[in-house]
Amino acid sequence: MEFLKNFFGRKPQSGSVAKDRLKLVLIHDRANCNTDLLEAMKNDIMQVIAKYMDIDEAAGMDINISQETDDDNNPVPVLYANIPIKNLRKKKK
Amino acid sequence: MSEVYVITSGKGGVGKTTTTANLGAGLAIMDKKVVLVDADIGLRNLDVVMGLENRIVFDMIDVIEGNCRLKQALIKDKRYPTLHLLPAAQTKDKDAVSPEQMKKLCDQLREEFDYVIIDCPAGIEQGFKNAIAGADKAIVVTTPEISAVRDADRIIGLLEANEIRDPLLILNRIRINMVKRGDMMTLEDVTEVLAIDVLGIVPDDESVVVSTNKGEPAVADKNSFAGQAFRDICRRMNGETVPLMDLEQNDGLMSKIKKIFVRG
Repeated sequence: MEFLKNFFGRKPQSGSVAKDRLKLVLIHDRANCNTDLLEAMKNDIMQVIAKYMDIDEAAGMDINISQETDDDNNPVPVLYANIPIKNLRKKKK
Repeated sequence: MSEVYVITSGKGGVGKTTTTANLGAGLAIMDKKVVLVDADIGLRNLDVVMGLENRIVFDMIDVIEGNCRLKQALIKDKRYPTLHLLPAAQTKDKDAVSPEQMKKLCDQLREEFDYVIIDCPAGIEQGFKNAIAGADKAIVVTTPEISAVRDADRIIGLLEANEIRDPLLILNRIRINMVKRGDMMTLEDVTEVLAIDVLGIVPDDESVVVSTNKGEPAVADKNSFAGQAFRDICRRMNGETVPLMDLEQNDGLMSKIKKIFVRG
């Protein structure tokens, strides 16, 4: 019966809905608990990019972890970084 | 080699106190010297769950403030000669204890007992910090509900930050009928998310309510299904290898009736 119900496109069962929602919420929770790690990573990323471009440090850099869906529509964590650039070509000093 | 365990969960009402009482009684039945410490100051409940509420004279705060000796505050459970309870104070608040004082208390208890089991309050504030201060190991209790598992995940992170590594999971109140029809998260779902080792699974069982009503831990009831689960957990804590129980052996009256008809 279960097989037939699934075959005819029954709604996903609430247990798996719970699991998916839980995974999503934990991506957020765990990212927020890791502010030190994010801060350290942000500094490293800034240093690397500064080698090639002029970063607008006054505008500030925004880095956080959010969620998107992959090709199969599964939630995946994504590292999002918004880095304002002054000049795409590094000025020779 | 005595061990100090803290029973914790983050979320309230998932069965920390019931678990503490059952593990204590279960280990005492196995002739281990056990002391249960109620760290939920201001909201003490382990005493009533254990059926020892009428025997409290002194409490943990009395010991810490030096109003009595540790031995005087320990309540000996007459049903299980090796089981003791150190009750929480009911009239103080959680700031009456410091983590250092808890640590000292645990070290004193460690000398006398094989197992020191601390019942942690819900939440992640001072009461939690006190309860884990003296512990070597942690048991995280959760139910297969999204809110309880989320809080368990937070607790696991906080335990790690306080250098209590590799906590063990007890998944409580599993309703096998709901799991079978896909309406409850499975043990595999929960362990996949939390990524910690499993100490045991406990079915949702009315006999636990009945036992708690009477102040007699379910672990001592040979006919209790949840009691069997707690007996298995105690044996694992004692180093035995016991397979996880098959929850389908007892999934309600209707299935029993059905089985009779199928057999006939």
